Amino acid sequence: MMSNLTSPERARAMLITGAGVLIGLTMAVLGRNDPMGAHGWIVLLFCGVLFFIVADKLYDAEPVEDRSISYYDDPTKVGILLALFWAVVAMGMGVWVASQLAWPDLRFDAAWSSFGRIRPVHTSGVIFGFGGNALIATSYHIMQRTSRARMPDQVSPWFVLLGFNLFCVVAASGYLIGITQSKEYAEPEWYADLWLVIVWVVYFVLYIRTLARRNEPHIYVANWYYLSFILVVAILHIVNNLAVPASFTGAKSYSAFAGVQDAMVQWWYGHNAVAFFLTTGFLGMLYYFLPKRAGRPIYSYRLSILSFWGIVFFYIWVGSHHLHYTALPQWVQTLGVTFSVMLLVPSWASAGNALMTLNGAWHKVRDDATLRFMMVAAVFYGLSTFEGSFMAIRPVNALSHYTDWTVGHVHSGAMGWVAMITFGSIYALTPVLWRREAMYSWKAVEWHFWLALSGTVIYVFAMWNSGITQGLMWRTYTESGTLRFSFVDTLIAMHPYYIARAFGGLLFFAGACICFWNVVMTIRRVPHHASAIDYPTTSEAMEPAVPAAE
Amino acid sequence: MSVKDRDPLTGHQTTGHEWNGITELNTRVPRIVWFFIIVTHLWALIMWILLPTWPLVTTYTKGLLGFDQREVVKQDIVVANIARADWADRIATLPADDILKDPELMARVTGTAHQIFGDNCAGCHGTDAAGGPGFPSLIDTAWLWGGDTDTIMETLRVGINSNHPDTRFAQMSAFGRDGILPRDDIRLVVDYVQSLSGTAAPADRIATGGEIFANNCVACHGENGHGNTDLGAPNLTDAFWIYGGDDDAMFASIWGGRQGWMPAWEGRLSQTERKIITVYLQHLGQEALQ
Repeated sequence: MMSNLTSPERARAMLITGAGVLIGLTMAVLGRNDPMGAHGWIVLLFCGVLFFIVADKLYDAEPVEDRSISYYDDPTKVGILLALFWAVVAMGMGVWVASQLAWPDLRFDAAWSSFGRIRPVHTSGVIFGFGGNALIATSYHIMQRTSRARMPDQVSPWFVLLGFNLFCVVAASGYLIGITQSKEYAEPEWYADLWLVIVWVVYFVLYIRTLARRNEPHIYVANWYYLSFILVVAILHIVNNLAVPASFTGAKSYSAFAGVQDAMVQWWYGHNAVAFFLTTGFLGMLYYFLPKRAGRPIYSYRLSILSFWGIVFFYIWVGSHHLHYTALPQWVQTLGVTFSVMLLVPSWASAGNALMTLNGAWHKVRDDATLRFMMVAAVFYGLSTFEGSFMAIRPVNALSHYTDWTVGHVHSGAMGWVAMITFGSIYALTPVLWRREAMYSWKAVEWHFWLALSGTVIYVFAMWNSGITQGLMWRTYTESGTLRFSFVDTLIAMHPYYIARAFGGLLFFAGACICFWNVVMTIRRVPHHASAIDYPTTSEAMEPAVPAAE
Repeated sequence: MSVKDRDPLTGHQTTGHEWNGITELNTRVPRIVWFFIIVTHLWALIMWILLPTWPLVTTYTKGLLGFDQREVVKQDIVVANIARADWADRIATLPADDILKDPELMARVTGTAHQIFGDNCAGCHGTDAAGGPGFPSLIDTAWLWGGDTDTIMETLRVGINSNHPDTRFAQMSAFGRDGILPRDDIRLVVDYVQSLSGTAAPADRIATGGEIFANNCVACHGENGHGNTDLGAPNLTDAFWIYGGDDDAMFASIWGGRQGWMPAWEGRLSQTERKIITVYLQHLGQEALQ
């Protein structure tokens, strides 16, 4: 893959990885009396390995491929494999975390394996490792195809992909060591946050540069969604992580916000991580791979516009519904409730637009598990957005808040919507990307589909039961007007559901393992297959396009 | 490429654009979508009028209902306290024995204490209050500091070796680790103490152990080993052991000393709640005897 880089690009890659080695060394030396030192060594190792990979090929021949008549797919390929690697690791962690709740002895008495440390490895691993890599990889694919333009250079896509994975590694290892700023989904400390800002700005600039080179007069919907994801995540990440490091030789920092403002900023971030990381980015995926796979036009362009601006506008207001009945002033809560309810219509319009697109292709949904993944994803998207708006209403939230219902809701979105659309997209993308006719085993795709669907359903039903039981027990009073149940009573009542949840997660995890295996076997065993037109073109005659500027 | 084809299936026109084979129909937004947009927006508008919603510079719109979550909670607490007042006052004032004889009050006590005990005490003493290794059982007849109502209330209030200014304080010295007694002497004392609760051991060892006991242990545990509830020194002649009564456990206690810890509950549980716990424990103790 390095041989596709030109020699100036290889030199730049060496410069960047070399700088990474030096940064790692500096962190290791300055932070030698602090957990940050361990992160220094991790950065050094990560960048050092990449440095030698590049250095090894530095004086190889210049690439022979004519870059004007092809898309740049190497980073996409690596991104897909990394996404699947993270899926297996992080979903495996999820099964372990879920099992610890059912059988606490599975902690094995170590500090690093305690629930509070491995749970964020699961959440960050799934959201950022699996979801993030899948978003970056598919966005590279889609922005080039829908712009009919190759990416403007070959270093920045690698910088974004690998830099992002360095962030993920630093995050996950930090949790195990005990480094966290205790903000949900924003646990990594200040230096990791700074690094992600750099990576993310390069990502944004790369996307804009590619769009600027496009040979299409119009920008396709999927690109709106990917851009909103990149832009808003940058804003959220920067604001929520504003902090003052206690020292530059240690990991500890103090948030710029305190008290209820801190909580509000955190959940403004937290809910919009759901909105702009886990929703709009994946809607970009849906808007490309679903019509492509179904072979049908998008049902309504006008509905696309309406739901895009509805989602983008309303979501940003609703974070306060995470803080009902708290010290947060009530007027902020009312705003959160009303905007959550208004948000439902554009969300359902998106799901409806996807499902209506399948009209005329339902026989394909029946026969093709890949398309079925995408169809089920749209259904779960609709279900969880409805559930979310419902749970945002204060009296409902009084029952659901702090219970497993919330956990069930998140997983109906994360497993049913985010992971399903990602797996569907990976199955659609892999043969195109590696120029194969089809996946290695269609039966394995079927197995994966049914494992994923049954795992999700078992998980979500277990958590509904558990959460509502828990919420009702907390508010049950005796005839004397005092609380009927102690906390331990609720744990005993929830135990069977915890076992069911771990089992549902295990099924889902097994499906992800099958997917990884199937993709690897497709790359290794399925013969090469000359693809249909998959290069930048200027006209219906499919003449190769010469990019606007090289 | 800007040809607006017509989709044969739906009869709708495309927008005329195409991206890598993907086209879009220019279908009108379905009426039902507009309908629900209007419904949800109207609902939001009504909520904004009724409830506190929009920030102004120094205040916010209060809403027509005058609804304020802090006021609601305050009123709820007042109402709940009034509903509990009749029986809660009687529990606070009546002697424990009278409460124990009153089935109606005892129903209140056991119903309420289950949750208070479960959330505050069960973590150490177990949900059944039977204790465990290192944590005393509260349903047997052995009480370190005494088992009458006032004493239990006081122990709950100040804790043991806690950070409360009036805390009960007790410490057993580390006789072995601090070099007060050699290892063999401790073994002899173990044999002697075990003999107090009727366990067999060689007579000569018991005699020597008894001498060492008399010189080192009687200040707290008393000449006969019956303990002293004023000092929190346990009775060594009964069958109840907090840290275990076998050779190794007793050796460990004498060698390394013991200093148990119980938090003070004043400030965390109200006087009435502590009374409820006290009566509840006496009730559990009576049940365990039967």
